[in-house]
Amino acid sequence: MWIVEYLWLIPVLPLLAAGVIAVTRQPHRSMACLLAIGSMAAAFGLSVAAFLATLGHPAHAGAWRMVRTFPWCQVGEGFIEFGWVLDPLTAAMLVMVTFVGLLIFVYSKGYMAHDGNMTRFFGFLALFAAAMLGLVIANNLLLLFICWELVGFASYVLIGFWYHKPSAAAAAKKAFITTRVGDMGFLIGILWLYCETGTLVFYDEAGGGCLEATAVARLAGQSTLIGLTVAGAIALLIFCGAMGKSGQVPLHVWLPDAMEGPTPVSALIHAATMVAAGVFLVARVFPLMAALPPGAAGVSGALEVVTWVGALTAAFAACIAVAQTDIKRILAYSTVSQLGFMMLGLGTGGVVVGMFHLITHAFFKALLFMGAGSVIHGVHDEQDIRRMGGLRKAMPITFATYAAGMMALAGVPVFFSGFWSKDAILHAAHAFPSSQGPFFLGLFGAFLTAFYMTRQMAYVFFGTSRAGSSAAGAGHAADAHPAEPAASGPASAHESPALMTVPLAILAVFAVGLGFLGTPAWPWFQEYLGGRALEGGWHELLSGESLRIMAFSTVIVAAGIGLGWWLYGRRPVTRADDLDALERFHPRGFGLLRNKFLVDEFYEATFVRFNARLAWLSDLLDRWLWGGVVQLAGYAVVGLAWLSRFIDEYVVNLGFDAGCRGITSGAGATSRLQDGQVQGYLRVIGLGLTVLLLLLTWGCAS
Amino acid sequence: MTTLQHYLLLSAMLFGIGLAGALVRRNAIIVLIGIELMLNAANLNFVAFWRFGPHPEAVTGLMFALFSIGIAAAEAAVGLALIIAVYRHYSSTHLDKLDSLKG
Repeated sequence: MWIVEYLWLIPVLPLLAAGVIAVTRQPHRSMACLLAIGSMAAAFGLSVAAFLATLGHPAHAGAWRMVRTFPWCQVGEGFIEFGWVLDPLTAAMLVMVTFVGLLIFVYSKGYMAHDGNMTRFFGFLALFAAAMLGLVIANNLLLLFICWELVGFASYVLIGFWYHKPSAAAAAKKAFITTRVGDMGFLIGILWLYCETGTLVFYDEAGGGCLEATAVARLAGQSTLIGLTVAGAIALLIFCGAMGKSGQVPLHVWLPDAMEGPTPVSALIHAATMVAAGVFLVARVFPLMAALPPGAAGVSGALEVVTWVGALTAAFAACIAVAQTDIKRILAYSTVSQLGFMMLGLGTGGVVVGMFHLITHAFFKALLFMGAGSVIHGVHDEQDIRRMGGLRKAMPITFATYAAGMMALAGVPVFFSGFWSKDAILHAAHAFPSSQGPFFLGLFGAFLTAFYMTRQMAYVFFGTSRAGSSAAGAGHAADAHPAEPAASGPASAHESPALMTVPLAILAVFAVGLGFLGTPAWPWFQEYLGGRALEGGWHELLSGESLRIMAFSTVIVAAGIGLGWWLYGRRPVTRADDLDALERFHPRGFGLLRNKFLVDEFYEATFVRFNARLAWLSDLLDRWLWGGVVQLAGYAVVGLAWLSRFIDEYVVNLGFDAGCRGITSGAGATSRLQDGQVQGYLRVIGLGLTVLLLLLTWGCAS
Repeated sequence: MTTLQHYLLLSAMLFGIGLAGALVRRNAIIVLIGIELMLNAANLNFVAFWRFGPHPEAVTGLMFALFSIGIAAAEAAVGLALIIAVYRHYSSTHLDKLDSLKG
């Protein structure tokens, strides 16, 4: 199958595009854009081919996958082998990432048209796309980790794209460091897995991969501390990485701040793809996650943790989103909440349920972010929803597509994809054997989702325009486009250009249509991913259990939208500094929600301050201790040099001079012997003669 | 009776006087005279040992002494020529002044 041989082209084409764009100068930015868009389109084409290749296999034949590996480097006797795998999970993610990515690239060309750094933007976008696609097709956990870190790096440079703004630079740093904390656990998990199984390759032709049955069974059989199996412990460590990347509760703090980046970045990275990488990772290593010790039943420990973390995140983030006033921040917390839902789905219902919600969420969240970008563009870079309003008339296409996205996110029944995917999650949570806690947290989260999205729609699109009316709140109008002047006066809002609205429309179609691929009546998606034939049909849809859950969630959604409408839609606020309805009702609670439950402040007071102290101590050590030692060595050398000079000047030189003087005086004395007086020479000869005679007579006599 | 020792003593005294003259006197001509004296003392020694030796009748001693006087005369001529040349250059015969070979 040719596509399996050439699957590596999918990440490599955007990588090559990124390489070329890196050396492109600003005057050629159109070429750079088109190169990036072209590479993404090619990757999309190849992904569709890969997808079609995976379709031809009957579902009841079991899990189908094709693998290619190649040796990367030699380690002792064996090799580290990198490679790629093509299975339904991979194909679905490939199609989603390339399609949404392509639409966002096209959208960015319009959105960033006035920015002076468009070339750099597209270069990093292409690099991100390459890394994400590499992560998706990787068949080796190490290769996945490499792409994981690359994706994190791309996210860093894209969040901090407008690096002259201190808030953007700080947000980029925060994102990278927070995900790094999670990656620490991930790395330990990788090392442990390698230690236990001797390989990091997922699937092998010979059945020796670390995710295949033999390895997993062996890992699940061993027990380690706290009563976890080794498989479970490794799975939890890997989940740490997923927690960081996908913004689960303790490590979610970077996602809302990441909204400092341009809106296309938020749409691509922090809605559709990068944050989904954590969910994808859990889905990828699901055999490890779900492994039970032989003879045990129920849910594995790792999946319990995943479920509870997901449920708590879903509820927690939804609470915070209720009180936010920045249009992108509401969507950011919504993303955190939905990621929690995805983890909940993975934990309770398996890969299929989680991935279904991931795919639908990617489309409607990207749609919502791009719609928000269109709104920001239309109201001249205002991001505070209290200063928007009445945009329904001014920006109809944006309104219509945003409404479609909102209803998909809230889970309005039947016609919108979010309903079907969220319903699948709630259905699985209801069937969770350990506890109904996650189910109720999920319901609460769904209720709040509908509520805050209605609140946002009411503030932004309904009522009358509040643009430029009174300077309420801190000024932050320069958030989006530093290149453009800040909002000035009640300038009228305008609809965005076609380059931005057409992708919105396309995504809206998918936000509606994708849901029909996974309904209980026709569980195509579940069959495709799960590799098993499922009973579909109308009776399945209308059966007691399924119908009860659907009805329940419909009631919850209706309640959420209804409450939102009653509080915000009936009498929309007229002035920007009017208090929020909830704020009037319970100011302290609202304040706590608006301040994000003070998590950031807590981290600041503990970890960050500890780190600062440590840095101060290290500086002290470095400056005084190590620096002192170096200074001492320097002084010692200087002292030696002085001593050497002293010896040279006073001892050697003087000695030498004295010697020379001796020789000179000796020579002077000797030369006085030769005074040119002939008689003197004769006297000496006479003396010598006398001595000789005496020697001869007395010496020889004996 | 004059014995050999008397002649040897005489020649030794002459030699000593000649040596003292050559070593002490300042004038170059006096030094030459001293050298002649030393030569003559050696001649006297020759003659004395000839007369009191084994063959007093042979002429060996006399011949020897005659040759020696002849050579002394040649050498005195050369010496005087040298002194005249030096006098012409330095305008003095004072030996102390001839020290241009000083070291």
